[in-house]
Amino acid sequence: MTQKKEFDWFDHARNIRRLRIAFYGVLVLLVLPDFFIHKHTLFSPVETWPGFYAAFGFIACVAIIIISKLLGYLLKRKEDYYD
Amino acid sequence: MTDLFPPALIFFIGALLLLVLPRIARNGLILLVPALGFFLIASLAPGEGWHYQLFGFDLTLMRVDKLSKVFGYVFTINAFCAFLFAQHLKTVNEHFASLIYIGASLGAVFAGDLISLYLFWEVMAITSTFLILARRTQKSGRAAFRYVMMHLFGGLLLLAGILLYINQTGSVAFDGFVLRDLSTYLILVGFLVNAAAPPFSAWLSDAYPEATVTGGVIMTAYTTKTAVYTLLRGFPGWEILMLVGCVMAVYGIIYAILENDMRRILAYSIINQVGFMVCAAGIGTAMAINGAAAHAFCHIIYKALLWMSAGSVLYMTGRSKCTDLGGLYKTMPWTMVFGIVGALAISSFPGFSGYTSKPMIIEAGVHEGLYWVWLVLEIASAGVFLHAGIKFPYFVFFARDSGLRPGEPPRHMMAAMAIMAFICIFLGVYPQPLYDILPYAVSFQAYTFEHTLNQLQLLMFSALAFFLLLPLLRRTETISLDTDWFYRLGGRAFYQLCDKAFNGLNDWMNRIFVEQLPALLTRFFADPGANLQKYGLRLVAEMIGGERDLSATEAAIERRSHLGTYPVGGGVLLAVLFLSVLSFFFFW
Repeated sequence: MTQKKEFDWFDHARNIRRLRIAFYGVLVLLVLPDFFIHKHTLFSPVETWPGFYAAFGFIACVAIIIISKLLGYLLKRKEDYYD
Repeated sequence: MTDLFPPALIFFIGALLLLVLPRIARNGLILLVPALGFFLIASLAPGEGWHYQLFGFDLTLMRVDKLSKVFGYVFTINAFCAFLFAQHLKTVNEHFASLIYIGASLGAVFAGDLISLYLFWEVMAITSTFLILARRTQKSGRAAFRYVMMHLFGGLLLLAGILLYINQTGSVAFDGFVLRDLSTYLILVGFLVNAAAPPFSAWLSDAYPEATVTGGVIMTAYTTKTAVYTLLRGFPGWEILMLVGCVMAVYGIIYAILENDMRRILAYSIINQVGFMVCAAGIGTAMAINGAAAHAFCHIIYKALLWMSAGSVLYMTGRSKCTDLGGLYKTMPWTMVFGIVGALAISSFPGFSGYTSKPMIIEAGVHEGLYWVWLVLEIASAGVFLHAGIKFPYFVFFARDSGLRPGEPPRHMMAAMAIMAFICIFLGVYPQPLYDILPYAVSFQAYTFEHTLNQLQLLMFSALAFFLLLPLLRRTETISLDTDWFYRLGGRAFYQLCDKAFNGLNDWMNRIFVEQLPALLTRFFADPGANLQKYGLRLVAEMIGGERDLSATEAAIERRSHLGTYPVGGGVLLAVLFLSVLSFFFFW
């Protein structure tokens, strides 16, 4: 009796590479329309720059991760800290 | 007033019936009760009813309007799915506590006065504690104790505020508070304790992950969202809430990123999401209230879905730390899909329910020209995708293969998750039914090309940041210090202080009154006459001065005392002295 082959699509480097390329493709496609459409602003003209929200999201997340990492040195303790 | 029957009563009656029915009937009953509750709420006409008298006040058990009905709908829908998810439980106690807990939260939402609200509020605190205790581990027992203490503390603040408020205004009505003084601020803090606003937030991330698989699913919906309801009802437009909400939104993200336990990640993301709603209460415009109510609705559904997904993993593997999990997509593909639907909904990804509710809050802030609110909430929106949208599914279902091959959870759990996932997608694609039940008319369009594009850019580039900085996000087997540090270590310090102070005092008193003093008295009263004489002898000897050997005299005293041979004259002298002292007091 042959065992049914396990579904392990995400474990192959080749598939991960494909996913990564697709992901980068999506990123480019998302910023592209910004160059052609007229954008509205909420607070400042900076928001009309192409890729404003992309840059906003990226910078915000990098900042969050780095701040969390630094706070981690202050706040992280071993799991038996309270025992 | 039959058309205003309180939905809470259905749940309480259901809970009592549970105690007498056999298991198969119980399983049907716990589905029937929320379903009945839902249709009852749908049939409620706006108005007030069920007036009653308590403590000399005229109270109102039922106050129905659109705001309370939104919460009523989602509470009962969520209850139905949560009980479907919990069909495998054989014991009564968890279902019993859940039904009363949910019933009390419905009671709080429909309560028309502060006293009824307070009573239901406390019932919620007590019954929900049993959902943590039901895990039956030492850790959960301790967490449950901290949980209930925190809620009793919040309840006392609320009670104090309510009593002061009634004393000042003579009114028990629960409407938007106009008065701004100690009484209303106490009520506000009481509500904020339940909304898990820092620094009173640690109870949530401390206790929820220690609850049972099913208890966790149920608890995520009611306590914090009842608090959101009370804030929307009582404190719309209180500016301080904008600040509190923004702090919560950011605080939740940072702790969720540091966290290793998957259910604790989700617990912190509750604080983050409730932050949006609290902020909306602070903005207080019709659009903000709409946004908060809509977001509470969507949030309850997708958050329960996320907890079900994580609960299924915990149920099947017995593990909940990210460091122990990973690669589960191979044997739990459906659980993964449902988890990802919940993750996309919480991230407000276009096409899922968060996208049709959360931007309403942000836009309400923009309409009021609140630049800082907009900035913080947009940053928080990006951050949600980091911790709940990607981190949770990535580390649990993908990442490093943990070697675990658990298989899918039982069918009833899958069915519950499927219903929740359907609602998430349905409201994401077609939000009109939700908009129709909101308190105010909705003039919000989520799907404009520009808005959708902006949101997708924001989220996908957040994802880029996640994958580029993945090495910084490596899971560690740690916990993070939170505000519970103060009462966990503070409690211990207090215990030790009391131990030292009171036990020290006790020891000291014990030494003096139990050991030394009785011994001294015993020695004295063994032979009081001789001891008095010896004491007098020594006193006289010291007064005269000089070293003398008194031992011969003392021996003579002892001998006389033992034999009782005193000269008669001595006795007479003492009697005369005694009588003269008495007469002195008598005649003076």
